[in-house]
Amino acid sequence: MAEVEETLKRIQSQKGVQGVVIANSEGIPIKSTLDNSSTVQYAGLIHQLLLKARSTVRDIDPQNDLTFLRVRSKKNEIMIAPDKDYFLIVIQNPSD
Amino acid sequence: MLAVHKQSTRGCCSTLSTMGSHGLVNTERFETESSGVNHTEGGWPKDVDPNEMEQTIRFRKKVEKDEGFMNSIPQLGNIMVHCIQQNNALDIYQEYCTEEDDGDSAEPPSAKTINVFRDPNEVKRTVTCLSWHPDGGKKLAGAYSSLHFQTSHTSLCQDSYIWDIENPNRPELTLKPVSPLVCIEYNPKDPHTLVGGTYSGQIAYWDTRRGSQPVELSSVEHSHRDPVYKIIWLQSKTGTDAFSASTDGQVLWWDVRKLSEPTERLVLDPGREGNLERALGAICLEYEPTMPTKFMVGTEQGVVLSCNRKAKTPAEKLVCTYEGHHGPVHALHRNPFFPKNFLTAGDWAARIWSEDIRDSAIMWTRYQMSYLTDACWSPVRPSVFFTAKMDGVLDVWDILFKQNDPTLSVKVCDEPLYCLRVQDSGRLVACGSQGGSATLLEFCSGLSTLQKNDKTLLAAVSSADRKDVLSFNFYLNLVSDGLDAYNVQQLMTRAEDDFYSVVEAELRRRDEQPQVTEHIKGLE
Repeated sequence: MAEVEETLKRIQSQKGVQGVVIANSEGIPIKSTLDNSSTVQYAGLIHQLLLKARSTVRDIDPQNDLTFLRVRSKKNEIMIAPDKDYFLIVIQNPSD
Repeated sequence: MLAVHKQSTRGCCSTLSTMGSHGLVNTERFETESSGVNHTEGGWPKDVDPNEMEQTIRFRKKVEKDEGFMNSIPQLGNIMVHCIQQNNALDIYQEYCTEEDDGDSAEPPSAKTINVFRDPNEVKRTVTCLSWHPDGGKKLAGAYSSLHFQTSHTSLCQDSYIWDIENPNRPELTLKPVSPLVCIEYNPKDPHTLVGGTYSGQIAYWDTRRGSQPVELSSVEHSHRDPVYKIIWLQSKTGTDAFSASTDGQVLWWDVRKLSEPTERLVLDPGREGNLERALGAICLEYEPTMPTKFMVGTEQGVVLSCNRKAKTPAEKLVCTYEGHHGPVHALHRNPFFPKNFLTAGDWAARIWSEDIRDSAIMWTRYQMSYLTDACWSPVRPSVFFTAKMDGVLDVWDILFKQNDPTLSVKVCDEPLYCLRVQDSGRLVACGSQGGSATLLEFCSGLSTLQKNDKTLLAAVSSADRKDVLSFNFYLNLVSDGLDAYNVQQLMTRAEDDFYSVVEAELRRRDEQPQVTEHIKGLE
């Protein structure tokens, strides 16, 4: 529990991080630093994207697996670290 | 409703009666409707109602306590922090090196042979001159003759050919002059007409629509007395004027509609007396349509004459001379972007001159291993020029890139290359060899597209005035010829250092030895 908090703190302290969301494999947000509606939106949408990305990678090569997903947009970057049961979403604005 | 009863195709017998079946099968009506799915909150297990905050909070707390959760989140966190820091360290999506020519400068210059047009006759003659069709450059006219002194002319075919560059198997048109053609030129104003100078000194005029025989031929008495080495069309209202040069020391002007007599004559006597015996033999001409009154002549004696056609007296027609070549000046070409500068090729080097500086060339290449036979500027890149050599090599020089050596050397064939012509696009180059083959080369885009800074950089070079030229020359001397001397100096210092280090090592060894002997003495 403490480790999880520490991890979240570490991430949040990085420059440019706007929000962190942890969700489970069903797309249910577990922890988040954003408000409820955004959290729900991010979790739900990213979950679908993640499933698609993962299936794409595995379809091409069944031995392969998705390790990280970066979605770069005009305003910011959404980084998704997936795992077997959970996934971590971080929204960052690299302001350099 | 009739249901079709599928029969097996084996042992099929057809009957003429209508097919019917026993039973009816149908599904129940199922109503469907298209609608989108609103996945706002998905995945909640059955027992948890998403709207009940209590239940959701309880669910969440349960998950947080899960061991899997506590193990995997820190791991994910580590990966994530790495990427976040990456983003902060440097903008990985930034456009570095936005210059478009990045691709070009990365790849080395290259050329490839597209086609080889061989002399169809058994006894091969030299391709002495090539001319591109002015409209799009889809055709190439070649002048074939043997320039060896007194070769047997009877067995030698006298024809010259026009080739379609797509078809190297057969020439598109054969031109039949009375004597082999030494030079040939398409009329830039009328692509159907060509003019050629022959070995006998005559000028012939062809119209490709009228067949292989020349439409007009100059009379022997009034033509040159030696082979006509170069003929160029002039800029005029009628578009029918040309002028020719020969080693007989004369430059003659012609109107192709009436080739019986030249319209004007100039004797290249450096003494300006019109004395034919003292005249210099001309082997190349230079004419720029934007400067219609001036022209230049390259001579056998290594001198380049600058002439003014509109001078009042014949003596004033020869304006000035540029000396510098040790042998015949085979090529003379003005830079299309900086007309005050011209390129000459002769003996073993190519030289670049500025019109205003008469003493010497402003730039020259290193002496090559073989004789240069032709040179010309690229029509698209002001700093690039091509040279043809007697060892069958075509060199591409870029003076902004390297002055000592060619940027690209292409071994075209084993025989000497005799002439060279760049097509207007700057990509294709045709070169003719002594063995009668004309090779068509295509150069990479790096050599045939204008680079951004070319003009400004070259302007700096070409606008050199006297003082600058002298110091520039000095610098270039140092760079090109003197680089060898510099290398020698380096070698010498290195040899000296080696020598002294060996001597010192020997002395040190000797110094140590007495210690050893003393040690031995001490042991005794």
